[in-house]
Amino acid sequence: MVSSNESTLHTAYDSKIEGNVIITRVDAAINWMRKNSLWPMPMGLACCAIELMATGASRYDIARFGAEVMRFSPRQSDVLIVSGTVTYKMAMAVKRIWDQMPEPKWCMAMGACASSGGMYRSYAVLQGIDQLIPVDVYISGCPPRPEALLEGLMTLQKKIETEESTMAQKASPDSVEA
Amino acid sequence: MSAADDVTKLREVFGERILETVEFREEQTVKVALADLHDVLAHCREKMEYEMVLDVASVDHMGEDPRFEIVYEIATLDDSRHLRVKSKVAEDEEVESATDLWAGANWHEREVFDMMGIRFSKHPNLKRILMWEGYPFYPLRKDFPLAGRPSEMPDVANTGVAPLEGGPFVTCAGGENTVVREPRARVVE
Repeated sequence: MVSSNESTLHTAYDSKIEGNVIITRVDAAINWMRKNSLWPMPMGLACCAIELMATGASRYDIARFGAEVMRFSPRQSDVLIVSGTVTYKMAMAVKRIWDQMPEPKWCMAMGACASSGGMYRSYAVLQGIDQLIPVDVYISGCPPRPEALLEGLMTLQKKIETEESTMAQKASPDSVEA
Repeated sequence: MSAADDVTKLREVFGERILETVEFREEQTVKVALADLHDVLAHCREKMEYEMVLDVASVDHMGEDPRFEIVYEIATLDDSRHLRVKSKVAEDEEVESATDLWAGANWHEREVFDMMGIRFSKHPNLKRILMWEGYPFYPLRKDFPLAGRPSEMPDVANTGVAPLEGGPFVTCAGGENTVVREPRARVVE
């Protein structure tokens, strides 16, 4: 069993070349694992949730990005996808779910309502979920198409790729979450 | 039998207590004093087979006295007859609940209480239905601003004032045509 010279890095899983070694940093490896297995907490509040479901279904298949394991328990999830209109009545519930999610965690504001209140300039609607919890990625659209959600997910993956290790984050005081 | 016949019958039964009747495009409206409202509704329910309440609405005539108006939309179960019964309500008055006539009036009356602040006597469960208990305002009153008012209830909910200008969904007033008024046509500085 000899590996061909054309083999690239991702053939590391190929049993034919078992025994080859990849050298990396632990931080990079951890980030790589995290970004490719994001377990979303679907916070479906309005029509955006329909697009979120479509993204999870076969045609768009969010599993291609390793984020297909929708967890309905916040304690098992990594990324909160706020998809829909956050009313003031619901806002504290969203905040509570966010607080229950273990670190490391990320948040995506999906669509106009979650990002800014959208067309609901109203007494009843929170004007953007970022007033309550920190948001990593905003996705425009009303509602965004599944492609837009996937683009947002890829943006989040790129962000996670460049993150410092948790140790380093704790060491530097200015990187503390708002 | 039509709703118009029912209005005639109601006039025969209640006489002067029916203050005014209006017909508009075959829609029948009966206006009564608040004290007679429950009697009239009960008569419609028990003697005229109005088995269903479609909606309970309220109107804020701010600046007039009495200020509010309560509107019961009722219908027969086979949908052949519709009737609207209206009554003026002052700010310090209570409306006698129609939940004893139609169970379906329960949530409608709670919504009127929640949004307009009209209280109902003999209602089995008069509490807010859309906003949370403790929210201090009645949002559909004329003197409540569209943008909302700030309020705070720790651990329950906080509200703020929504920006009404400059958002991506706000049209520009005063433009010559819809192309200019279109929100996305505006240059954001």
